[in-house]
Amino acid sequence: MTENAIIELRKVGKWYNSYHALRDVSISIKKGEKVVVCGPSGSGKSTMIRCINRLEAHQTGHIIVDGIELTDDVKAVEKIRRKVGMVFQNFNLFPHLTVLQNLTLAPIWVRGMAKSEIEEIAMMYLKRVRIPDQAHKFPGQLSGGQQQRVAIARALCMRPEIMLFDEPTSALDPEMVKEVLDVMTELAGEGMTMVCVTHEMGFARQVADSIVFMAEGSIIESGSPAEFFENPKSERTRQFLGQILEH
Amino acid sequence: MSKQFPADQAPIPTGPVPPAHWAASYEEEPTQASTPPQANGMTALKPFGWAKDNLFNTPLNTVLTLACLALLWLVVPPAANWLLLKASWSGSSEACREAAGACWSVIVVKHRLIFFGTYPYDEQWRPFLACALFVAMLGASGVRAFWRPWLAVAWALTLVGMGVLMWGGVAGLSYVPNDRWGGLPITLMLSVFSIAIAFPLSILLALGRQSSLPAIRTFCVGFIETMRGVPLVSVLFMASVMFPLFLPEGVTVDKLLRALAGMTLFTAAYLAEAVRGGLQAIPKGQYEAADALGLSYWQKTVLIVLPQALRIVIPPIVNQFISAFKDTSLVTIVGLYDLLTAATVATTDPEWRPYFAEVYVFAGLMFWIFCFSMSRYSQWLERLANRYTRR
Repeated sequence: MTENAIIELRKVGKWYNSYHALRDVSISIKKGEKVVVCGPSGSGKSTMIRCINRLEAHQTGHIIVDGIELTDDVKAVEKIRRKVGMVFQNFNLFPHLTVLQNLTLAPIWVRGMAKSEIEEIAMMYLKRVRIPDQAHKFPGQLSGGQQQRVAIARALCMRPEIMLFDEPTSALDPEMVKEVLDVMTELAGEGMTMVCVTHEMGFARQVADSIVFMAEGSIIESGSPAEFFENPKSERTRQFLGQILEH
Repeated sequence: MSKQFPADQAPIPTGPVPPAHWAASYEEEPTQASTPPQANGMTALKPFGWAKDNLFNTPLNTVLTLACLALLWLVVPPAANWLLLKASWSGSSEACREAAGACWSVIVVKHRLIFFGTYPYDEQWRPFLACALFVAMLGASGVRAFWRPWLAVAWALTLVGMGVLMWGGVAGLSYVPNDRWGGLPITLMLSVFSIAIAFPLSILLALGRQSSLPAIRTFCVGFIETMRGVPLVSVLFMASVMFPLFLPEGVTVDKLLRALAGMTLFTAAYLAEAVRGGLQAIPKGQYEAADALGLSYWQKTVLIVLPQALRIVIPPIVNQFISAFKDTSLVTIVGLYDLLTAATVATTDPEWRPYFAEVYVFAGLMFWIFCFSMSRYSQWLERLANRYTRR
């Protein structure tokens, strides 16, 4: 497959007991590429990106991230998790820590950075997601959109090479979706490798290098946004696009 | 419905009709939310109106209110008379016999036996000082401003100081073996030490119970279920009677220490279940976020999971602390003199025997002071812990 792929999945299979969640999923993502993954619920798109940092373990096939294969080897998993940042649907901020502490915790404990050094960097990231004034508040005092931007900043503080987004705007009130997407668009402009599960087709059209459509645990088709939206190859994709773009 | 009804024959709504006062309360709601309506703003001005609205508003409430008043009338005056008004506060047992109320002189006469048991009478300033030091340190440890590294140093010094005071044998103090200790020092030390050791142990047990390693999980489940399945009394018996039989000849473990170990293990098992409740309340997303950031198991546990889990379980944990404190009175069955046992001993004096009730009321009061303090402290701690995290 591709030589310069930073993420490579080869015939990845996963079962939850007898439920077949991923069927021979193969995908290759280059450094700096932005991939949007879409598909109906239960299609395995979240499962797939959660396999990339081993929040879920795959059972067959190979996943190679930046040259390291993901196995049961804890060291390999730890290495990969340092390179891969993740943003969740429900933010998953640590409610007992302030915003700043949320950002600095992992760099201090995992990367061994000095507190003063990382606090400065964290403030820089908070400025970039436009909430430096909330640094000393607790997550529970912030709006959903603000919390999700903190979550993005938290992942960025680990200086990841890859960012995974698992439906980052699905739990947000409509008026807050834009502020999060703006931050993500900005990040994409800076050359970050991004894999994003989302239903925001406008974002996909604007930002994605390629769009991957999944259904029933398989990749049905993938291609550039232009191809995907204007000229979908499979009937299943047309059906999905019909439903999602209708309103 | 397909059938069309003429306007005047519209079907009667089948659902329950909302009671009239619902509608009334909707109407009362201010249309423009500006300031909340002053709830019961009149109560301060019209206590009779309040009583009429709340105590005599229905026939049943009127009957219940009158019954409560009657009960209070029957109970309060005699209790007040016995406890305070007609009580005898000093003097001999003869004076008590003539008084109609409680005989508190028994406490005045026997308080040193109750507090310090069989500790040599002339040396009882030592356990007094040790207890005072201990209680002062416990109080100080509760103050947030003192949560600094030097508090640990202060505790180490306090424990050494207490040991010197209680045992003696150095610095010109006579040696007092710990089988002569009794009363309040025993109760305080057994409860505080058993809780202090059981608490970290219980966290390990609770974590072990959720471990993915079968050996650890099985051991923890086995230990917790065994300890929870037997009464504390039998654990204490095992610790004091059976355990020495297993030791090689010539090796002895102090009786107090054995009781402490028994209480610690017992308390740890119960606490572990309370802690487990907290662990289970932490959403899966918190673990995932910690994993995704690359935190190790122990970093995740110590930095993310436990701080949140323990906050949630402050009430059941303190409940267990209070229970453990009172359970120290069971060590009497292995021959240790805690506060309650010392009080019982105080009632065996033939001259004061008739006044055992007063002695037990007093011992109960002592227990209540400590338990109530713990309860109040936990409420403060809960408020502190939840100040910012409330959503």
